[in-house]
Amino acid sequence: MLEIKCPYCGKRSQNEFSYGGDATIKRPQLGEEISTEDWDNFVYYRDNPRGKHSELWHHVSGCRQWFKVSRDTATHEIFDTCKMNEDFNV
Amino acid sequence: MSNSFRTTNSTGLINKDKKINFTFNGTIYHGYEGDTLASALIANGVHLVGRSFKYHRPRGFLGVGVEEPNAMVQLHDGNKSEPNIIATEVELVEGLKAKSQNCWPSVQFDIGEINNVLNRFFPAGFYYKTFMWPKSFWMKIYEPFIRKAAGMGKAPLLPDPDRYEHNYEHCDVLVVGSGPSGLASALAAAKNGARVILAEDKPNFGGSLLTDEVTIGNMSGKEWASDTISQLKSMPNVILKKRSQVFGYYDHNMTVMIERVSDHIENPSKYTPRQRLHYIRAGEVIVSTGSIERPISFGNNDRPGIVLASAAKEYMKVYETLVGKKPIIFTNNDTAYSTALEFIKNDIEPIIVDTRDSSNGELVKEVQQKGISIKFNSGIADTKGHLKINSAIIGKLDSSKESFISEETVECDCICMSGGWTPTVHLSSQAGNKLKFNDDIDAFVPDKKRQKETAIGAANGSFTLNQSLAEGFQVGFDLSNKFTDQNNPTNSPNSNEPSYEKHEKLWCMPLPSGKKPKRFIDFQNDVAVSDVELAIREGFRSIEHVKRYTTLGMAGDQGKTSNLNGLQYVSKIEKKIVPEVGHTTFRPPYTPVTIGAIVGREVGNHYLPTRKSPIHTWHEENNAVFVAAGLWQRPRYYPRGSEDMNSAVNREAANVRKNVGICDVTTLGKIDIKGPDAPEFLNRVYTNAWLKLPVGKARYGVMLREDGMVFDDGTTSRLSENHFHMTTTTAQAANVLSHLEYYLQVVWPDLDVNVLSTTEQWSGIAVAGPKSRDLLSKLFPDVDMSNEGLPFMGLVDSSIDGIKARIYRISFSGELAYEVNVESNYGLYIWKKIMEEGQSFDIQPYGTEALSTLRIEMGHVAGAELDGRTIPFDVGLNSMVSQKKDFIGKRSLSKDAFTESDRQTIVGLVPLDKKTKIPEGSHIIEDNSAVAPIPKLGHVSSSCWSVEYNNPFSIAIIKDGKNKIGKNLYAVSPLKDISIPVEVVSSHYVDPEGTRVRS
Ligand SMILES: [Zn+2]
Repeated sequence: MLEIKCPYCGKRSQNEFSYGGDATIKRPQLGEEISTEDWDNFVYYRDNPRGKHSELWHHVSGCRQWFKVSRDTATHEIFDTCKMNEDFNV
Repeated sequence: MSNSFRTTNSTGLINKDKKINFTFNGTIYHGYEGDTLASALIANGVHLVGRSFKYHRPRGFLGVGVEEPNAMVQLHDGNKSEPNIIATEVELVEGLKAKSQNCWPSVQFDIGEINNVLNRFFPAGFYYKTFMWPKSFWMKIYEPFIRKAAGMGKAPLLPDPDRYEHNYEHCDVLVVGSGPSGLASALAAAKNGARVILAEDKPNFGGSLLTDEVTIGNMSGKEWASDTISQLKSMPNVILKKRSQVFGYYDHNMTVMIERVSDHIENPSKYTPRQRLHYIRAGEVIVSTGSIERPISFGNNDRPGIVLASAAKEYMKVYETLVGKKPIIFTNNDTAYSTALEFIKNDIEPIIVDTRDSSNGELVKEVQQKGISIKFNSGIADTKGHLKINSAIIGKLDSSKESFISEETVECDCICMSGGWTPTVHLSSQAGNKLKFNDDIDAFVPDKKRQKETAIGAANGSFTLNQSLAEGFQVGFDLSNKFTDQNNPTNSPNSNEPSYEKHEKLWCMPLPSGKKPKRFIDFQNDVAVSDVELAIREGFRSIEHVKRYTTLGMAGDQGKTSNLNGLQYVSKIEKKIVPEVGHTTFRPPYTPVTIGAIVGREVGNHYLPTRKSPIHTWHEENNAVFVAAGLWQRPRYYPRGSEDMNSAVNREAANVRKNVGICDVTTLGKIDIKGPDAPEFLNRVYTNAWLKLPVGKARYGVMLREDGMVFDDGTTSRLSENHFHMTTTTAQAANVLSHLEYYLQVVWPDLDVNVLSTTEQWSGIAVAGPKSRDLLSKLFPDVDMSNEGLPFMGLVDSSIDGIKARIYRISFSGELAYEVNVESNYGLYIWKKIMEEGQSFDIQPYGTEALSTLRIEMGHVAGAELDGRTIPFDVGLNSMVSQKKDFIGKRSLSKDAFTESDRQTIVGLVPLDKKTKIPEGSHIIEDNSAVAPIPKLGHVSSSCWSVEYNNPFSIAIIKDGKNKIGKNLYAVSPLKDISIPVEVVSSHYVDPEGTRVRS
């Protein structure tokens, strides 16, 4: 079980959180003209990197904040966590 | 005979003043307080404890602790029965009952032993080769046979009556193992102020200090251990746990430890858990798990009475028990000589067989000084004795040590063997440590760590006491310094132990001349040298493949005694050095763990939380039959007298259509939405327009996922300019909240909106039916309930008896209907009040079944239609989709596949015979006589008995549905083996114009 540092609450066990996918995905602007291919890339296509991955987690059984986690997908090492409006330090 | 294998000294840890009676295979024996089941049986001369896994060979004890591969027994009877328990780990307790497993009719005479005679038919990979075909034989013939033949113990069929608990712990330093290095590191870390947990698997702390003749400072090893434990006990920053095995090392320094709390207590209180599972998140983990002695492979090296030399010594020193009175010590190293000396201390002269040409070690000399001659350059070739060893064939090795030049038969009643020592690296390996091979000790030791884990002492390949203590004190201090600022190191005391000469690299004896007895490597999985040879001959090269093909090192044992001998043998055949062969992965659990402990208290009613509405007690008192809706318990129907479900549901639904019904809708998800950007947010979340919704009005809304599929629906109302009350389906309440939070926090953080779940704050009561207006007018005389005063989709605040209530004019049943919301605590009071006033309007409560019937007849979609595979068009919600604005998922709706004109759409189905109910999930097909595969048009999502028309009615989602209305098709349910001719009709079966809700 991972130990994740919520930027609002501190370190908690993984079972308080739910995973929310790739944090680098940007939703297209509302009303934006967008090709089907670009839209499909946004909705369906994700990289599956081995190593450092920037991802979203939701402190669902805690403060209910979404935040960013920089994690190694192979070793599970967590390099840093930060609020949505912040950038990772490492 | 009773306890005739006890030593005469009393320097061990058993209490001969306290007798304990126990039963093994139906015979009553006694042992003493402090005994294990193993030591008590050995003291009574019982070595035969089980039959081996594959060949059903008679087996006895090999070890004295967790390393034991053979002596697995079935404990207790009935609901407390437990299989595959290692007898060396069971503390004796009054009345203990144990029996052998994997044998029938008895351990002495076992039918399955025929497998041993036929062993040429059971080579490595036997199951894979033999049972491949014909395929049809697998389920009926092969599988039951294998299960019967290859079983170990029997799992009990009754519920486990014992109590298990879970505990979460945090500490700076967790020390696993209380031998010299473990004690040293715990003491150093604790004295430096760190929070320390010290875990020991055995009932006594001390590890090898309990059996080794050493001195530390001015004390014996045993005294130093007990002194150190007293110091640790007195420190408030230390938790000492014995009978506690750390069996798993997971991510982020999460370890899991099983504590045997009460198995050793005669009459534990019923509230004392049997076992406790500790989740320990440690800052640093010190792995001081010691080492396990290796067996040697030689002919018939598995007979009862053949034990590890260290186990024989521990039985004598700790349990005051002799594994035999005519021992042979067989070794490739010096440490087994301490076992020889212990026998000599008990006036028993062992025969010593040493594969080496000579040794000048201190212990060897001491044995020689006692006048014992040593058979150097010799090995054991074979043994005899069916149920217990009675003699050994000792051979003189030739110079290559590949064969024997002469053989002699020697009588004996036990063989104590030692192939050197293997560091117990399981936990480090589980933690992701890349092990390295240490050539000096011919074993793997931890190397590159991935987590905060440090192996010390024998587990790190440091086999001398001085080294172990020095590492312990140093590492304990260094690691604790990360957590404290006391900088208070503890010095390592001087220690003294005998010097040892090097072991010989020889773990497999040649075969005796003219014979091919089995030479076992893995006792638990019955893997012999010949199986490994066969696997390699058949082309298996990767050690992981050899492991799986032969089953070497698998299952509960995890290769504790067998792993390295297997590797050494593979490397010998392959002529590769061991590090090139590599090692297999160690997996948790290190020792078997009871399922009950893993489950803990989450059984029965504790399995999941139960959510009950504030009106629950009324439902119970009024004969409701409940159904689980997620965690909620909801009334399904309220049978009267001898009514069955169908008649009760029909009565309840019909009463709503005719008079008035009342339904508890508290479980609906409710979300409070506030903020200046709330209307804009709803406008983005829902498919329809929200900016112009007037205050005091409700609106039905549909929300999509980004992929265009319908996510949820519900009614949301505007309470004030910037304040909305959203309702969701019961099932999706939590997901919708997360969804809203995601868009507000991640996607559109610029929107000034707050969302909060208020599901538990409101109690909701639906009042539906043509008489609902009259009833509510009576209850709320101040409110103008007329169509003009409170129109469809309107809402109004009022009160009853001073209790604030909000009345929504919304309808799920399709009838004129209202929903009364009050603060949760008043739910029951208001419900009763409505029931009371409703009597004169023939009010009846209705449950979820009637609720479904009413909505299905009306063609209102619910979870069965909104199943994550339908877009608004499919379920008749296209009119809800705004063409003017963008919203979540809108772009997906214009994708090619989503705009095809013959897409699946929602329709109604009525059976042609107006009688046969169509099972939900049925397939819709056009041609009943077609040959498979028959094209499927769609499926039946919801079915009910229409109370309006008094015949069955279903909702289906079928291809090009709108153009199929009026056609006859078939609903087929292969599961129920029926095919029903049906007519396709509109999904709006009752009141398609929606006049009733607006009446
Ligand atoms: Zn938090």
